[in-house]
Amino acid sequence: MIRALAALLIALLALPALAQDTMPPAPYAYNQLDDPRLEAEASALMHTLRCLKCQSQSIADSDAPMAGDMRHQVRARILAGESPDQIRSWLIERYGDYVSYEPEVSSTTWPLFAVPVLVILVVGGVLARRLGKRRDDVGERA
Amino acid sequence: MIAEIGLAALWLAAALAVLQMVSGVFALRAAEGEINPLAIYARPAAVVQAALAVLAFVMLLYAFAVTDLSIKLVASNSHSMKPFIYKITGTWGNHEGSMLLWVGVLALSGGMLAAFERRLPERTMGATLAVQGFVALGFYAFLLLSSNPFERLPVPAAEGSGLNPLLQDIGLAIHPPTLYAGYVGLSVAFSLAMGALLTREVNPAFARVMRPWVLGAWVLLTFGITAGSYWAYYELGWGGWWFWDPVENASLMPWLAATALMHSVSVLAARDALRTWTIMLGVLAFSMSMLGTFLVRSGVLTSVHAFAVDPERGAFILGLLGLYIGGAFTIFALRAGAVAEGKRFAVTSREGALVFNNVMLSAILAIVLLGTLYPLLTEAFDVRVSVGPPYFNPAAAIFAIPMFLVMAVGPLLRWRSDKPARIQFEMLLIAALVIGVIALVSFFGSYPFLPLLGLGLAAALGVAAFLPLRGRKLTRVPVATWGMVFAHFGVAVALFGMACEGAFSQERLAAVAPGGTEQIGDFAVTLESVAPVAGPNWTAIEARLAVRQDGGEPVMLNPQARSFWSPPQSTSESALLTKWNGQLYAVIGNQAEDGRWQIRLWWKPFVTFIWYGGLLIALGGILAIAGRVRVDLKRRVAVEKGAQRRADLDGLGGVPAPVPAE
Repeated sequence: MIRALAALLIALLALPALAQDTMPPAPYAYNQLDDPRLEAEASALMHTLRCLKCQSQSIADSDAPMAGDMRHQVRARILAGESPDQIRSWLIERYGDYVSYEPEVSSTTWPLFAVPVLVILVVGGVLARRLGKRRDDVGERA
Repeated sequence: MIAEIGLAALWLAAALAVLQMVSGVFALRAAEGEINPLAIYARPAAVVQAALAVLAFVMLLYAFAVTDLSIKLVASNSHSMKPFIYKITGTWGNHEGSMLLWVGVLALSGGMLAAFERRLPERTMGATLAVQGFVALGFYAFLLLSSNPFERLPVPAAEGSGLNPLLQDIGLAIHPPTLYAGYVGLSVAFSLAMGALLTREVNPAFARVMRPWVLGAWVLLTFGITAGSYWAYYELGWGGWWFWDPVENASLMPWLAATALMHSVSVLAARDALRTWTIMLGVLAFSMSMLGTFLVRSGVLTSVHAFAVDPERGAFILGLLGLYIGGAFTIFALRAGAVAEGKRFAVTSREGALVFNNVMLSAILAIVLLGTLYPLLTEAFDVRVSVGPPYFNPAAAIFAIPMFLVMAVGPLLRWRSDKPARIQFEMLLIAALVIGVIALVSFFGSYPFLPLLGLGLAAALGVAAFLPLRGRKLTRVPVATWGMVFAHFGVAVALFGMACEGAFSQERLAAVAPGGTEQIGDFAVTLESVAPVAGPNWTAIEARLAVRQDGGEPVMLNPQARSFWSPPQSTSESALLTKWNGQLYAVIGNQAEDGRWQIRLWWKPFVTFIWYGGLLIALGGILAIAGRVRVDLKRRVAVEKGAQRRADLDGLGGVPAPVPAE
């Protein structure tokens, strides 16, 4: 159900996109780069970019025309010698932070990194309290 | 009539939930050993309520089966031309129907608890049923006041609007019902935990009552998630099996909590330790189920703003969520101090390892919760953030890696206190396997770090799962222990599948003219022809792909691009070639201008092990339930026999036999 609902939303969101589907897809939307090393780089990057027209899918997992265009952009730029980080920054500049699945530390995302550190501290505290004390108890009793 | 019977049954069930709640409260207020005259209604109310809620659901099933287009829900979600199986499963392929299924399972599990559970003290049982009735009442109110599934149309529709084609799959018959049953089975664990907390009866006897419910819910969740993952994998057409999508996370979070709860309740039953911990996890597990329902059902995921514009349903569930979770944690905070902590244990003991892993599971849960809710939170302030695999994978791994290591050695430790030196050999073996496998794989190629680590851990866990059997007579190993062995081995198998998929998958995307051949892995795939085909409510373009492995006999694969006409949508039907060591995944896309066809091919080594592992884990849970029930029944028979013998001896007028310690 859960995935299905997501799928439903994707499908609904994709509907208006179908209307503009008359243009042929860009060459690299559905074709790989010839150099396997470059293709691997592009593929890794595509898996971390959000398809803006879909619900929770990367551009590497979507049939939406916009995802195809973005795949073409990524492959073309990799082929032109740009690094994945440059392409990511370019896309973020164009579409905002939302396009990247890889949040970077900033004024709006710092809790995403602060909370896990906090969780590590809490986990350490809980374990020390629940397990650490026992050692003394056992020691005293033994 | 059908719709009206269903609606009336729902209202009656809601009224009985009130009776169950009130009567349960009276049971709670009765003095020790006494029975309040008003307390006797709770059990029958729960049982009849279950029957009524199930009746309401059956009425809706019938309405969908005959496509009664005078009912709004049927008209907007079904179609007379749809295959019969999808008419039935379409009952829960929409908001109202799935909530009715949720409530039906909730009432059914409450009814089963009331009908069959006789071991608990009456006061605890009363409190438990009161809580169960209270939870059910909230969800009846939600259905009746804001999502009535039986609403009639003023004028019957001429034809229904149809079901989303992605849902027209056998996956819809399996995935939602099992997942919901799992979610809702946790409600019983929640009610029992609250009942025991309110009456201060948190002890091993209570844990033995709670355990089958937790295990059952956990098995269903495991199976439901496994099925959902495979469904997404073959249906969405891009070969992904887990997307860290909020809707998936909504099902993963209760599973994480239930996994921790299941281990904790076993410790409570066996060792009388971890009392408050078990109660807290019981509350947490069902809270996560309700949070999942809220996330999926409120529309908050589509857009926080959409939720704010049409807030009725969302606000209702959010209110319920606040009420139940807030209430439960308040009672927990007030009462937890009164529950003694239970038996103590050393760090290096089986309990110690279980506590460590429960904390790790809770930490992973915290990470998933944060990554799921944070984007929703910032969106409310008009800042849009995406949190995806590059965040979840490493953040969860921080806690998952130590957890897997402890999981390998934990079952080898003795209860209460043990010396690490005793299992020196096993620990060395596990370390050697992790390091050896990683070194070996790295020697043959360079792979990403996490899949590489996953391979090492999978090998170690796979061997470690069987180490608890070492030196034991296999025929005398308890069934529940086999359950543990299978489940832990399943984790290793699933981890192996995930790591292989991450490290060794090959992808081939190409435009192919009929007759053209593409090579992927050991397979040569030839596009023989492309032809139109038609189904009951769709037309499709079907590719005939001949797949030859190492130049052998060809196997035909027929992926389709389907177009449904009601609603007008298209889907990719992938074609899979399953080998023992992986799957070949083929999809046909659009036709390019020059007449060639877009073909997508993946060779995913051992990807199937992800789901085999999930099934093994669920099987382990089933064995655990079977083993526990068998032991319980044996004990009951033994106690009865003993009582009978003592009565016989008394009847003979002999010396009274000593009362056994148990």
